[in-house]
Amino acid sequence: MRTRLLLPTTLALAMAAWPAVAQPDGPMLAEACAGCHGQAGAGQGAISDLRGYDRDAFLLVWAEFAADERPATIMNRIARGYTEADVEALADFFSSLE
Amino acid sequence: MTRQTRTTLTRRGFGTLIAASAATLATPGLLRANTNGRLLVVGGGFGGASAARFARINYPDVSVTLVEPQTSFVTCPYGNLILGGRKQLSDITHSYDGLRARGVQVIHDRAQEIDAEGHRVTLAGGDVLDYDKLILSPGIALRWNAIEGYDEAASEVFPHAWWGGDGSQITTLRAQLEALPEGGVVGMAIPDNPFRCPPGPYERISMIAHHLKQANPTAKILAFDSKDGFAKQGLFQDAWEELYGDMIEWIPASQDGRIMRVDTENKLFVSEFGEEHHVDLGNVIPPQYAAGIARDAGLANDSGWVPVNPRSFEAEAARDIHVIGDANVGAPMPKSGYIANSTAKTAVTAALAEISGRPAWDDPVYFNTCYSHAGEDYGISVAAIFRPTDDGFEATPDSGGVSPSGPLSEMSRNRRLEARYADAWYASITDDMFS
Repeated sequence: MRTRLLLPTTLALAMAAWPAVAQPDGPMLAEACAGCHGQAGAGQGAISDLRGYDRDAFLLVWAEFAADERPATIMNRIARGYTEADVEALADFFSSLE
Repeated sequence: MTRQTRTTLTRRGFGTLIAASAATLATPGLLRANTNGRLLVVGGGFGGASAARFARINYPDVSVTLVEPQTSFVTCPYGNLILGGRKQLSDITHSYDGLRARGVQVIHDRAQEIDAEGHRVTLAGGDVLDYDKLILSPGIALRWNAIEGYDEAASEVFPHAWWGGDGSQITTLRAQLEALPEGGVVGMAIPDNPFRCPPGPYERISMIAHHLKQANPTAKILAFDSKDGFAKQGLFQDAWEELYGDMIEWIPASQDGRIMRVDTENKLFVSEFGEEHHVDLGNVIPPQYAAGIARDAGLANDSGWVPVNPRSFEAEAARDIHVIGDANVGAPMPKSGYIANSTAKTAVTAALAEISGRPAWDDPVYFNTCYSHAGEDYGISVAAIFRPTDDGFEATPDSGGVSPSGPLSEMSRNRRLEARYADAWYASITDDMFS
């Protein structure tokens, strides 16, 4: 389990292309998610509810999307566009919602 | 101010927002203490409505006024599904009442003129609105007569259906489609880049074919294109072959696909090399530029679009005017509803930073997904994550892109899911504008 939590090399490389930003703005990053996942991550139709998502599970699932290790239609393509710090900020945000 | 303090402030703002959202809905906006700055939003579409709503929620002390001529908003996205017979006009028409309930002052009039120096906008009805910051999201104008013979009058015969307006363009096109003679020819003229909604014409071809396959299976679609490639091309062309056989013929610029003149009386499309094509139904999507109010204010460059600062969306040509949505120079970002929605929020944080004391989002990420319906239970998508550079925008390397390709026998689950996700996208993004 521990090893799966490590970011796959491809993702790490993709992330390295962007300068590290100390603290991305999780709520602002999450604003973009609202266009599909609904208001404050509440889900919409067939698209999943992200409220209260366990932080570690969020990071794991995201890394699996990014590495194409998890069945996906679109989240695999999206996951690769964010830095490690971005994803942590998103995980903090969605895990904090009720 | 340190980074840590910034983040804390930001989070507190959002926490309050979430907790208070139910109460906010019930509070008449006019009772608020709207004394700390005036944000004026011109244009109530994907950019403007998103900006007004985001500002109202996150900046309770700033007054927010939205100017939009239409009393309800007809989305361009999902308009093609009306052509396919899968949606009605009422399904894609949205009220401004939700924004009013949040305390946005909505004025249904046309913004006529901007006095950038004086920070004033004059409306067609004569009213003059003062602002501290202006979010300008005016959308596109069609370049009448860029295709010879295609003016506003011609668009009554050959509809463009490329803006929502009052919905009459899309419903006219639908009525013409239903009246198409058996085995008739549908002609489409498609512009070169940049234009509003890059995959839109090709979704439209698909939805017209979807209708004709059932109602008029010997009809033909001739899609004349002013370019040699298009968004999600491989996916669309696979779908056309799989679902519609030889009903659709796409004619690229290199095969004389560029339409230079139309003749509505004789129902002709005339190509670059003078070839005359008779069509029974014509859908002309003409070249475009930023809406008149932006060009008249001197905000656009020679291309007809408005160059902006990639972090704040402030127009290069004027202070305190932030131009979002299809009207700006955003390439490689597409002129899409999602980009208008995503960039609207960054623009608002930049516009209101000084007034509110809440810092602008200065390391923004811009997000796009465009879903298209190629048939029943047949959705495809393109996604991209953009970031600002010193002088523009850049797609994040090794990310985004289009749905996987492959034969329908192997891809049917993926296509079906993406069709459902497209529907959920539509519901979510319109909530993020109007709820």
